[in-house]
Amino acid sequence: MTKVTMTINGKSVSGEVEGRTLLSSFLREDLHLTGTHIGCDTSQCGACVVHVDGKPVKSCTMFAAEADGADVATIEGQANADGSLNVIQAAFQEHHGLQCGFCTPGMVMSAAALLKDNPKPSEAEVREYLEGNICRCTGYHNIVKAIMAASGQDVSAIAAE
Amino acid sequence: MYAFDIERPATVAEAVAALSNEDAQALGGGQTLIPTLKQRLASPEKLVSLTGVAEMKGISSAGGILTVGGGTTHDDVAADGSYKALSELAANIGDPAVRSRGTIGGSIANNDPSACYPAAALGSGATIVTNEREIAADDYFVGMFETALGEGEIITAVKFPIPEKANYQKFVQPASRFALVGVFVAKTADGVRVAVTGASNEGVHRWSAAEEALSKDFSAGALDGLTVSADDLIADLHGSAEYRAHLVSVMTKRAVAAAS
Ligand SMILES: Cc1cc2nc3c(=O)[nH]c(=O)nc-3n(C[C@H](O)[C@H](O)[C@H](O)COP(=O)(O)OP(=O)(O)OC[C@H]3O[C@@H](n4cnc5c(N)ncnc54)[C@H](O)[C@@H]3O)c2cc1C
Ligand code: FES
Ligand code: FES
Repeated sequence: MTKVTMTINGKSVSGEVEGRTLLSSFLREDLHLTGTHIGCDTSQCGACVVHVDGKPVKSCTMFAAEADGADVATIEGQANADGSLNVIQAAFQEHHGLQCGFCTPGMVMSAAALLKDNPKPSEAEVREYLEGNICRCTGYHNIVKAIMAASGQDVSAIAAE
Repeated sequence: MYAFDIERPATVAEAVAALSNEDAQALGGGQTLIPTLKQRLASPEKLVSLTGVAEMKGISSAGGILTVGGGTTHDDVAADGSYKALSELAANIGDPAVRSRGTIGGSIANNDPSACYPAAALGSGATIVTNEREIAADDYFVGMFETALGEGEIITAVKFPIPEKANYQKFVQPASRFALVGVFVAKTADGVRVAVTGASNEGVHRWSAAEEALSKDFSAGALDGLTVSADDLIADLHGSAEYRAHLVSVMTKRAVAAAS
């Protein structure tokens, strides 16, 4: 076991991990931050996306030991300081960007990473960016719409599904 | 996953020393190795993470050669832009989260028969730089998942001579995001190179008949009537060997037409 220390959602956190402990396992099992979901074993679904040093990362495809010293952001840290939904979360609610909600934490974290780099993406850019986030319920349409709305763009022309 | 330790060296020399143990394995971005470990298809005793080795990261350009550190992420290559075709290729690998972590060294060491970077390295006539030697791409890619790398040898950089014109066209296999077929075309003062990935059971390879035709006349039309044999091409549920053979010509023409 080795000791790791990282900042998670602004707070310094330490723990003992094995070499094989994934960042996702450390978050979910050791820290009980179960908002980060695990949807696959093949690094393909994106339900586990968190930010590490500002970049979107599949937390199931990085070891906790590699995040020693890193700045990690998870879905639990996304709400506004007063506990209300942030603009992306509120847009997902408003535009029905979720059904079962399993993919949603990863979708929101990917959307946040996209909007940080590209504050006014086109619809095509949103779809392209979500290539690594799989949703089995919504058909993506309302997720794309929610992200467009969160970026402050008019989505009235994007038909409701 | 079986249990293992992780070491995080800060220099190439420390990494090489850590890898001298035969049950140790290098860990790049982990985007291929971690899924492999989850399936228990590998059982190293120790992983030597290269992500903390600063001297293996970054991109520099001098005298028409672009040098990309072996630990440079796909994302950083995508953002660079000084070799446009290479940056565009990197920008289309997998998805954003894969590009945040995956590295050029890991991709070229792995030599997946459907991976993108091997086509860029072979198509550009790049040089693979390791802790021990420099290897021409033509001698480096030996076969599917096989390379000239020795035990514990680390790719520290890849040197790309920047061509006059180049382009990579990838026909995406939508489930994996890898290339069903991908073709990298580069036009240099010495002629044209065409490297094909995703198609062959032998892994990435050059298409010499197309190179000859394009060296005389660099236009998509120069490839009219030129076909590749489906013998020895990959056939799976995503596409037959004949389909891939057809795609090789189509993607090559598209790459020539788009080369800049
Ligand atoms: C969902 C998904 C989609 C993907 N899509 C694509 C795609 O479209 N195109 C594509 O080309 N790839 C794709 N990949 C693969 C991705 O590009 C990987 O990042 C890459 O193949 C491996 O690089 P890595 O740094 O992650 O290496 P690792 O996974 O860490 O290592 C891979 C192998 O290389 C060895 N290694 C790592 N670094 C070095 C080094 N510097 N020197 C020597 N050996 C080393 C390791 O020991 C291991 O055997 C995808 C992966 C995923 C998960
Ligand atoms: S759980 Fe990480 S990609 Fe599926
Ligand atoms: S809402 Fe169910 S998987 Fe996306």
